[in-house]
Amino acid sequence: MQITVTVNGTAYTEEVEPRLLLVHFLRQTLGLTGTHWGCDTSNCGTCVVWFDGKPVKSCTMLAAMADGHEIRTVEGLERDGALDPVQQGFMECHGLQCGFCTPGMMMTARSLLDTNPDPSDDEIREAISGQLCRCTGYENIVRAVRWAAEHPAQEEVTT
Amino acid sequence: MQVPAPFAYERATSVEHAIELLSRHGPEARVVAGGHSLIPMMKLRLAQPDALIDINNLSDLSYIRVEGDQLLIGALTRHADLLDSAVAGEHFPIFRDAEQVIADPVVRNFGTVGGSLCQADPAEDLSAAFAAVGASVVARGPNGSRTIDVRQLHAGPYETVLEPNELLVEIRVPIRPGGGSAYEKVERRVGDYPVAAAGAVVWLDGDTVAEAGIGLTAVGAEHFAAPEAETALRGRPATDDSFAEAGRIAAQHCHPQPDQRGPAEYKRQLAVELTTRALRRATARARGQEA
Amino acid sequence: MTVTEERPTVGFGSTLRKEDVRFVRGKGTYVDDVNLPGMLHGAMLRSPFAHARIVSIDTSAAEAHPGVKAVITGETLAGLNLAWMPTLSYDTQAVLATDKVRFQGQEVAFVIAEDHYSARDALELIEVEYEELPVVVDAKKALDADAPVIRDDKEEQSNNHIYDWEAGDKAATDEVFSSADVVVAEDILYPRTHPAPLETCGAVADMDKVTGKLTVWTTTQAPHAHRTVYALVAGLPEHKIRIISPDIGGGFGGKVGIYPGYVLAIVGSIVAGKPVKWVEDRSEHLMSTAFARDYHMRGEIAATRDGKILGLRVNTLADHGAFHSTAQPTKFPAGFFHVFTGSYDLQAAHCKVTAVYTNKAPGGVAYACSFRITEAVYLVERMVELLARELDMDPAELRMKNLLRPEQFPYTTPTGWEYDSGDYQKTLTKAMEMAGYQQLRAEQADRLRRREQGENVPLMGIGVSFFTEAVGAGPRKHMDILGLGMADGAELRVHPTGKAVLRISVQTQGQGHETTFAQIVGNELGLPTEDIEVVHGDTDQTPFGLGTYGSRSTPVSGAATAVVARKVRERARIVAAAMLEVSTDDLEWQENRWQVRGDPEKAKTIQEIALAAHSSLELPEGIEGHLDATTVYNPPNLTYPFGAYICVVDVDPDTGQVHLRRFIAVDDCGVRINPMIVEGQIHGGLADGVGMALMQVMAFDADGNHMGANFMDYLLPTAKECPSWELGETVTPSPHHPIGAKGVGESATVGSPAAIVNAVMDALKPYGVRHADMPLSPAAVWSAIQGRPLRTDLAIT
Repeated sequence: MQITVTVNGTAYTEEVEPRLLLVHFLRQTLGLTGTHWGCDTSNCGTCVVWFDGKPVKSCTMLAAMADGHEIRTVEGLERDGALDPVQQGFMECHGLQCGFCTPGMMMTARSLLDTNPDPSDDEIREAISGQLCRCTGYENIVRAVRWAAEHPAQEEVTT
Repeated sequence: MQVPAPFAYERATSVEHAIELLSRHGPEARVVAGGHSLIPMMKLRLAQPDALIDINNLSDLSYIRVEGDQLLIGALTRHADLLDSAVAGEHFPIFRDAEQVIADPVVRNFGTVGGSLCQADPAEDLSAAFAAVGASVVARGPNGSRTIDVRQLHAGPYETVLEPNELLVEIRVPIRPGGGSAYEKVERRVGDYPVAAAGAVVWLDGDTVAEAGIGLTAVGAEHFAAPEAETALRGRPATDDSFAEAGRIAAQHCHPQPDQRGPAEYKRQLAVELTTRALRRATARARGQEA
Repeated sequence: MTVTEERPTVGFGSTLRKEDVRFVRGKGTYVDDVNLPGMLHGAMLRSPFAHARIVSIDTSAAEAHPGVKAVITGETLAGLNLAWMPTLSYDTQAVLATDKVRFQGQEVAFVIAEDHYSARDALELIEVEYEELPVVVDAKKALDADAPVIRDDKEEQSNNHIYDWEAGDKAATDEVFSSADVVVAEDILYPRTHPAPLETCGAVADMDKVTGKLTVWTTTQAPHAHRTVYALVAGLPEHKIRIISPDIGGGFGGKVGIYPGYVLAIVGSIVAGKPVKWVEDRSEHLMSTAFARDYHMRGEIAATRDGKILGLRVNTLADHGAFHSTAQPTKFPAGFFHVFTGSYDLQAAHCKVTAVYTNKAPGGVAYACSFRITEAVYLVERMVELLARELDMDPAELRMKNLLRPEQFPYTTPTGWEYDSGDYQKTLTKAMEMAGYQQLRAEQADRLRRREQGENVPLMGIGVSFFTEAVGAGPRKHMDILGLGMADGAELRVHPTGKAVLRISVQTQGQGHETTFAQIVGNELGLPTEDIEVVHGDTDQTPFGLGTYGSRSTPVSGAATAVVARKVRERARIVAAAMLEVSTDDLEWQENRWQVRGDPEKAKTIQEIALAAHSSLELPEGIEGHLDATTVYNPPNLTYPFGAYICVVDVDPDTGQVHLRRFIAVDDCGVRINPMIVEGQIHGGLADGVGMALMQVMAFDADGNHMGANFMDYLLPTAKECPSWELGETVTPSPHHPIGAKGVGESATVGSPAAIVNAVMDALKPYGVRHADMPLSPAAVWSAIQGRPLRTDLAIT
């Protein structure tokens, strides 16, 4: 079947099998390998991307379900070559080690900050509770999100 | 990673279209909404439907509103929307309690209320919450709509009484003023299915329980409900002793199965304890002592 | 908090990680991100049974699938003499089963197809007829006379016994026990668990038929060891094998060994003449790759009535699964378990380990265990806790009384380890101060009083553990794996403009080698961290070494890096002397420059020297120019990091739920190269401890079915179960390591489970509960209170 999905602002029209998982559409069809996968049961959250502005687990969705919708992945976090404060925060606070869960964590963190610009540690922990990290013990992920909250991006100045 | 077996995919453009597609594809077709229970089962090849009917575009099935003395919840309402719903929370804090502990925040963004009910997992949370509050569901088929008491919806594990060409479209919860409700769950870890959970709704007449609803999940309670305990509680003083007695009666009628979440005797103990706690908290809310 | 720390551009300190630049942009390259032109996809058919004879395999329907290129069975491999492969413990393991399957999830057939989805579909088309056999699930029954023999493929094997191994002086230990005032004994299980990195295992194999060169991108913590083993097993010439360990999504010991899937990707590429990718799914990973622990221990501790520990002994039954495949130094089949006397000054100790085959996946040494020190520390710390209970002493006080004292180092333990350095009391004191230990005890007493008065407050428990690790394997004369000595090479080259490239044999699975190792070089040479490229994880580009596990990167390759940088610095001294027209003896290394003694105006930086070394400057006889060096570091001893951990829990006795309220960790890993990274390593290990103590376990039912084969059933802690870690440090440098560092990667995983279990048991003291086995799930805690503790290695019935 043919689907058209807007990913990071670009519309892609592709022929896919109905059963193609969204994560495979992103990784294989489009070559956006920044989104990872880590389980088969929607538990690890490594595959989190945005679907119409909300984080979802892309291993549990069909590419077909994204037809006509907007997806944003880790590759779409940077704006005009500038890192998102969340990306910067993960670097500043050592919020990642092996880097495997990081894209999903950052997508959820960005979404949290968009709706709650000054989250408490508990709110951050709740927001990422559907995503596993085996390296950091979560401490520095929480700090990274706090860092991003405290260093919001400069508003774009339009001339 | 694991991937589903091939299937035909249809996208419904209206409820009528969905029903037509279900009729056309027959009993081996499945409705997919959030897909967060179905798609993992398809990946593990525990489910291999011939066709999926995608209803995600039926945005008119996504709503939470009060009409008359009923709270209406569209079947395509996402868990996150029920959790965040002020109107649902105002009338039924039990839904807020339950939704806070259903799966995880990301799954709740796409998983749907109707999908959870139709999946009919014996450890599903909302089934117990809706059983407690005495909800009913509206199913639409080729011959029109029918209303089903939620306590009659489940025919067994992973089985509902819906016909293959029927679509669950709405959940209706009767609103009666003066009540309080709560949900208590023990899970091994955030995002896990419950080891056991209990929901309760209580209406008081002074210090007496005028009416109570009790729902249980993961402990083998028939239809996710505890009618014997509800009957026993009616007219009793709203005290810890009564609640504990109701918990014991509820647990007596459960048939918990041992699994890696715990032995049967432990789950039975949780049925007692969590029913008691849910009743206690529901009562405190009915009295306005707790949010 | 680390984020406010200084971030030096040169040398040690909390410098930001170089590798993060790609990771935060989603630009890492993990094995599944490798895509080659014409690449085919492999998928593995696995056994549904734990023990069964293979009657027949019919692959015809799968082969007829339009997307399928080939189906490989054990019979195919037998024809190539590859059906079995050697393990790292001198046993054999089936690559694809030919005679029997011996655990659920064992490899049976391998499909190669044009795409991943077709490969998975074809698995369903393979018909295998099995004849089920009785299974051995309970390790305690493996040696029963009527137990089925699992390894009947081995002629000499008539039962399920693998080995008996002992350490320590049995007679002296028995003597100490027979005259002790107090002896406490307990059966303690460290259940089977799994490292479960978020990235599963996989490989992309590409055999170039023209050049005969095999390139394998694979999830390995030990690329050089893999290359050598492939050369030995498959008879491929070693210089024609290139192993690339790209970005790795966590290892934790699970990516040390060679798995059948890797071999089949290689065989598949040879057979199909195209690159073959194989990446296992989560269930395959949990069911078939290396597990950890599975030690059934009978511990006994002897002491005087006033709390002087005298002796320790332990009898262990080790469940190794169907193949003896653990990775550890050859001399030590039970790994470093005999370091089990821990941090205490005692007179005698003895341990015996009996290993058996069962119908479970092979493994045992994985998951940040420092070769079984997790088990050893857990045992001794539980025994000390039980002794404190018996003596009615405060457990921290009992530890303080028996910890080794600073003047005893270097200290030789009753089982022969030589601990390099330590100041244990200082570390425990610091942890107790950070925790507010006395206040916590007062709060606990108050809770109990309130409960007795009928108030419904949770029980409170305080748990202490103290650990000593032995890491940095190891001295070549004592330590090898499959005959390969555990020394590591390093090569350093400074380019003419003063930028440098370091090539090392160890590689990162998240530990930050690209940053830390650059900092070591920079610290020795005065070069900015940014100017040093660290090359790792590619056997064609790096010197030989045994890989990253057992917390050995810093102790061994970190030392190699310091040594090779010092060699370069000495070379630079000669060049500087020529530049400054003085004798090398007139130069001293000051402020990151070779400087003429007493004349700071006359000095040369490494950058200046590097350019000169590549110039036409006339150099002394024997110095041919350029600025580089190589080394092989053979560690003189292991290093011995240590730490004191305190955990505070609240327990709801009516539901069995445990809430981990606080965790205080004071680690001493010697000199810290990058404190930010060190703390990150500790954070991760502490979360591992939460997992193992409270939720992670792989149990089996009576038929040998795996009860934790996906992430719904094998539970890993989330951000909600982990508290905000409270870290502290003491620094006792290793006297024999060039920069005094000791390694830290596994410390917290080793030390934390005992603190958590001790805390929960402390909370359950009012119920008279002495011990319950991990994981302390709500069901396990509640059952322990009822006096019916669960056997956590078996399915709950």
